[in-house]
Amino acid sequence: MTVLAEVRHLIRKEIILEWRNRHALNGILLYLVSTIFICYLAVISRQHNISPGTWNALFWIIMLFSAVNAVAKSFIQVAPGRMLYYYTLAGPEAIIISKILYNSVLLAAIGLIGALFYGIVLGNPVSDPGLFILVIILGGSGLASVLTMVSGIASKASHSTMLMAILSFPVLVPLLLLIIKTTGHAIDGLGFPIAFDELAGLAALNLSALAMSWILFPYLWKN
Amino acid sequence: MRIAWWKWLGMVLIYYTIIAGFLIPVPRIPIVHESVRNQFFHVSMWFAMMTMLTTSLILSVRYLKSGKARHDIIASEFANMGIVFGVLGICTGSVWARFTWGAWWISDPKLNGAAICMLIYFAYVILRGSIEDRQLRARISAVYNIFAWSTLIPLLVILPRMTDSLHPGSGGNPGFNVYDLDNNLRLVFYPSVIAWTLLGVWITELRVRTKTIENIEIA
Repeated sequence: MTVLAEVRHLIRKEIILEWRNRHALNGILLYLVSTIFICYLAVISRQHNISPGTWNALFWIIMLFSAVNAVAKSFIQVAPGRMLYYYTLAGPEAIIISKILYNSVLLAAIGLIGALFYGIVLGNPVSDPGLFILVIILGGSGLASVLTMVSGIASKASHSTMLMAILSFPVLVPLLLLIIKTTGHAIDGLGFPIAFDELAGLAALNLSALAMSWILFPYLWKN
Repeated sequence: MRIAWWKWLGMVLIYYTIIAGFLIPVPRIPIVHESVRNQFFHVSMWFAMMTMLTTSLILSVRYLKSGKARHDIIASEFANMGIVFGVLGICTGSVWARFTWGAWWISDPKLNGAAICMLIYFAYVILRGSIEDRQLRARISAVYNIFAWSTLIPLLVILPRMTDSLHPGSGGNPGFNVYDLDNNLRLVFYPSVIAWTLLGVWITELRVRTKTIENIEIA
């Protein structure tokens, strides 16, 4: 089987598993919604509105924590026997790529749902929704590529949930800064060409994280 | 006891850095004045840190290729030494900033980049601490070392050059770039880089030797 075919089958398997196991998905959504609601209550308890800069930063912080929780399960809460079984069926490259692609879609969906709810409760300063949606999709796949790989690393150690956060946060900083800057452009609404450099940077970061995962993941799982 | 020539060289250069660094006449650059001497400590320690961390990366790559425990020990000790230089670099920079800019810490791409870099290597140390099995620890931490270095360090080098900054050497500030570097400064600066790097290699060598002995005792 070629890598492409393996990736296709593995993604199909991820979707079926997620659908059969809906409480995990619902858990992430509830996590997202309750975090947003807490932020909303915390903000309005002292003031009535929030500046666009703070809106932007708060949204991506919420996304960061939701993403860590959503992706953590891709390697951490999987029974070791099942992992072994996958490895007999497919190559390591196919496994990591399929996980990253699946998590990209998951995080993009979480981001869109989160943005919708966040905009409803905290107001919506974004004047260029198209660009904002593009940033959510690109940013989601960037978060997914780094976090999936880190989740693979953290799953091998004890205290893996705590490790997941401390290993990934510093690596994610450049990505998050770029995302927040691009979202700032979407809020200002000065048009697509101004944000082009940042979008290209985001795409480049995604590709480099993907390439590093492709090269390094085979070393992670062989025993 | 026989001491290798490069250790003598390191010792001599450290004394030279400290004595000459405080005594030679330095050019009067506005704002910076005498604090330009910090270049022999702060800047050269960052250089030494980058050397340590890059060596650690190379050893991690070699470990993944070879699987020899020795490469893993050297990689982790170079990372530890890089952390020491990083912390010293942050401290010397912070003291300098207090007397030149008036604050211990300001928001600046170079400063924030340095802080993130430290966070990564602290995470590396914690990751190593939380895996019991020695071979697994070696392999996983090598993977993290390479992954973190390759996604982050190039950006830390590129990003500060794309944005304006208060830091000497960028944004038109008087600094340590080629045009400002006085011949007297050069006379101490280049040896000081070598001095701190050699000191770092020496400490790392001692630590690698003790770790290797500990490893033999366990095995």
